[in-house]
Amino acid sequence: MPQSAEKTKDHVSLFQEPEYVGMFAAKKAAFECRPSDEAVAAQAEYTKTWEYREKNFARTKAVINPAKACQPLGAVFAAAGFEGTMPYVHGSQGCVAYFRSHLARHFKEAVPCVSDSMTEDAAVFGGLNNLVEGLQNTYTLYKPKMIAVSTTCMAEVIGDDLSAFIATSKEKESVPADFPVSFAHTPSFVGSHTTGYDNMVKGVLSYFWDREKGELKPGASNGKINIIPGFDGYAVANNRELKRYMDEMGVDYTLLGDVSDVYDTPSDGTYRMYDGGTPLEAVRDAINARATIGLQQYCSDKTLEYVAAKGQPTASFHYPMGVGATDALLMKISELSGKPIPDSIEKERGRLIDAMADSQAWLHGKKVAVFGDPDFVYAMAAFLLEMGCEPTHCLATNGGKDWAEQMEALFATSPFGAGCKAWPAKDLWHLRSLLFTEPTDLLIGSSYGKYLEKDTGIPLIRLTFPIFDRHHHHRFPTMGYQGALRVLVEILDRVFESTDAASDISFDLTR
Amino acid sequence: MSLDYTNDTASAEALIRDVLDQYPEKAAKKRARHLSVAKPAEEEGATSCGVKSNIKSIPGVMTIRGCAYAGSKGVVWGPVKDMVHISHGPVGCGQYSWSQRRNYFNGTVGIDSFVTMQVTSDFQERDIVFGGDKNLDVMIDELDEMFPLNKGISIQSECPIGLIGDDIEAVAKKKHKETGKTIVPVRCEGFRGVSQSLGHHIANDAIRDWVFEKGTPEFETGPYDVNLIADYNIGGDAWPSRKLLEEMGLRVIGMWSGDATLAEMARAPKARLNLIHCYRSMNYICRHMEEKYGIGWVEYNFFGPTQIAASLRKIAAQFDETIQANAEKVIARYQPLVDAVTARYKPRLTDKTVMLYVGGLRPRHVTNAYEDLGMKIVGTGYEFGHNDDYQRTGHYVKEGTLIYDDVTGYELEAFIEKIRPDLVGSGIKEKYATQKMGVPFRQMHSWDYSGPYHGYDGFAIFARDMDMAINSPVWSKFKAPWKAA
Repeated sequence: MPQSAEKTKDHVSLFQEPEYVGMFAAKKAAFECRPSDEAVAAQAEYTKTWEYREKNFARTKAVINPAKACQPLGAVFAAAGFEGTMPYVHGSQGCVAYFRSHLARHFKEAVPCVSDSMTEDAAVFGGLNNLVEGLQNTYTLYKPKMIAVSTTCMAEVIGDDLSAFIATSKEKESVPADFPVSFAHTPSFVGSHTTGYDNMVKGVLSYFWDREKGELKPGASNGKINIIPGFDGYAVANNRELKRYMDEMGVDYTLLGDVSDVYDTPSDGTYRMYDGGTPLEAVRDAINARATIGLQQYCSDKTLEYVAAKGQPTASFHYPMGVGATDALLMKISELSGKPIPDSIEKERGRLIDAMADSQAWLHGKKVAVFGDPDFVYAMAAFLLEMGCEPTHCLATNGGKDWAEQMEALFATSPFGAGCKAWPAKDLWHLRSLLFTEPTDLLIGSSYGKYLEKDTGIPLIRLTFPIFDRHHHHRFPTMGYQGALRVLVEILDRVFESTDAASDISFDLTR
Repeated sequence: MSLDYTNDTASAEALIRDVLDQYPEKAAKKRARHLSVAKPAEEEGATSCGVKSNIKSIPGVMTIRGCAYAGSKGVVWGPVKDMVHISHGPVGCGQYSWSQRRNYFNGTVGIDSFVTMQVTSDFQERDIVFGGDKNLDVMIDELDEMFPLNKGISIQSECPIGLIGDDIEAVAKKKHKETGKTIVPVRCEGFRGVSQSLGHHIANDAIRDWVFEKGTPEFETGPYDVNLIADYNIGGDAWPSRKLLEEMGLRVIGMWSGDATLAEMARAPKARLNLIHCYRSMNYICRHMEEKYGIGWVEYNFFGPTQIAASLRKIAAQFDETIQANAEKVIARYQPLVDAVTARYKPRLTDKTVMLYVGGLRPRHVTNAYEDLGMKIVGTGYEFGHNDDYQRTGHYVKEGTLIYDDVTGYELEAFIEKIRPDLVGSGIKEKYATQKMGVPFRQMHSWDYSGPYHGYDGFAIFARDMDMAINSPVWSKFKAPWKAA
């Protein structure tokens, strides 16, 4: 008998016991009607070939293992970054169960979000009644300071009009007339979660800046810089790092959406459904800022366009990770604020460069495949070039032609970029073919990459959302010089581990 | 022997009143029908858990339920390992459900098995406007080219499919003709019904309509042939179950749908008996097989030694004396393991209280497993149960147990806060809020990445895990020492 009370075997070892191995074999032989082992082996080999790769890239409709999610996920994440805000999704309820689970699995945190549970009757008659009743219930039960409404594809297909519905709800006194209900239409058949993030931030701003009749003083600067962080699985730590830099520089700022508290609440006996977030008063006042910057272009295109139309200077970045990317962000903030970059930060930079110089020989010429959201992939590739690595395959399922052009321009800036290629709108099954036909030394992406690591043997470094199978990585920053140092160490660790495993002879104590 | 105890009816009723007071009037009226306290029933040894169930969630309250797509793709079809399952519609549904139910299987991913893959038609705006049928047609050819060893393809509809009037059945028929393979269209759009539950039903119907009698593999029947129905092999659950059945001399000719192949589904009507674990999600197909093929079905429960022994005897009673004698041998064989597990953990867990809020069968099925360890159930409820589930629950829970159907996040948190049980068993969405209150928690959908929990082998793991959760040193660290009074 394989099991015992003293040495309890769970799934990790139990199913390797002879009783189970034998049972599996008998099941397969007698009942499963499987293809022969030879056929399976032959097909597995075939998928590694150039011929298969060509067929794979000839796909036009089937999407296999994409690395992107849908709009409302980004909208829920964005909404959570505002003080006392309850994300509210108008449409089918299953979507909300998925968003909450998805974010909870990554952040290891509770993810409050409500649905108005539209079903068949709403599909026929529209979801107005659901919204009227739903807003009232949310307002009464959860006592939020703002409700931020996004939509599922069901509500979008039937054409529900949030603006009109919310107005009607207020007329029917679901919520007080002056209670903030911001909204964004977030059809999941357009763009991805990064688009949804952008739409929701814009929706929140336009509620306070256009709809609410508050005291706005456009033109009279409050001296602050608005920062839109973008959809970021590391937001908890990265936002804090960013705030540290701003404080260090003496820059007055407003993060437009900050989940660093609500997605990282303490365990002390009290569950905080709301915690931190951008104060609504600060959002109101953000129209009077000196400038607005987006840390991730593809998460803030529309919002920045909207902000620019209000007369503010804007700038956007591609996820400030790595040396040059952090330099550029700090210099821009310095330029906009008129505050110099202090020596303390310059020293941090110097320490990062010191570490890179110490380790450069171990990274020089390493080929790396990268996948993730467009801004992350851009930043990662740029940092790899700075370290003398070759970001050989750069893939973003939610990247478009513009992004690919930006990537090609980036490759052209460095000799290490020669032979590197950007793959917009491709999925991880495409990447599998790339890795088999043109292998790399490392793979950087999310937990989804673990299947590629298993099939190809190329070590995976988890550096972007979602990370489900490793704990707490997101609690440490990747942005800024400190973040870059941490990214450097993670990459080096995998290189050293691979080197140690590769040869008994070269099993060196000192490297 | 199950434990003999009752819970405090009056305080449970007061709790219900307290939470209902927080709702607007209309919502309070609706929610009141879903909350109750188990009362003594006329039937001996059972309580009455009378709540309304399987009706629409009220809007805006953080229901924990999912949708029909989750019930079909996520539960019933997704685990069938040698088929490719298309999440047909926008990218999200397939993405969020990708590899999340831990339906274990043996096979080579992307070659002859496809369980841990996310295959989607990734609808764009033009698909909504012009329809997705043509692209689906092309997509099926592409999948056949990418995965030539697949045995079939299922089309799992997401919300837009039913709204834009696509005819996926026509596409399925056409592609079946062209490829000769099983192509199964499933109308499990997320807006249908009120929860995952209708998705189970629709998925069951799709098996009936698109798999049965569409070519059954060559097969010689035997007197002890059974199907193991509605075990999704989460963390490998179905395997210790299968082992027990084989040890008592039965031949499991089909496992549904954990670690299943299409052949095992197609062959099922040739069995002598269906053994069903999750009644909620697959009773439909069992009833169909009973009506159409005269195959009886038996509900069983492989959580904890009390229920396992009772179930083994109940199953054996359907067969001859040889099998019955074997069942006794199996029970006796595992008794030392059961004794060792209870000796080790019961002293650490006795009188600990448990609140459950889970899906299909577990709100009742796991209660005796806890009681086998000396623990007491003080509250339980179903995400998507029906009336017949609550009737069955009466045989499991004690008087005074708090019963909550389609509980809202607000209610569950309030109940936990007031009752402060020693353990909560629920899902990922509930886990972190509960733990932050300082209340130990185990995910009882995914087994919190552990398992299997079924069978005797699983009981040892179950006991270990519950002990681990409750007796972790971390719970004593919540208050900073300078704050401790």
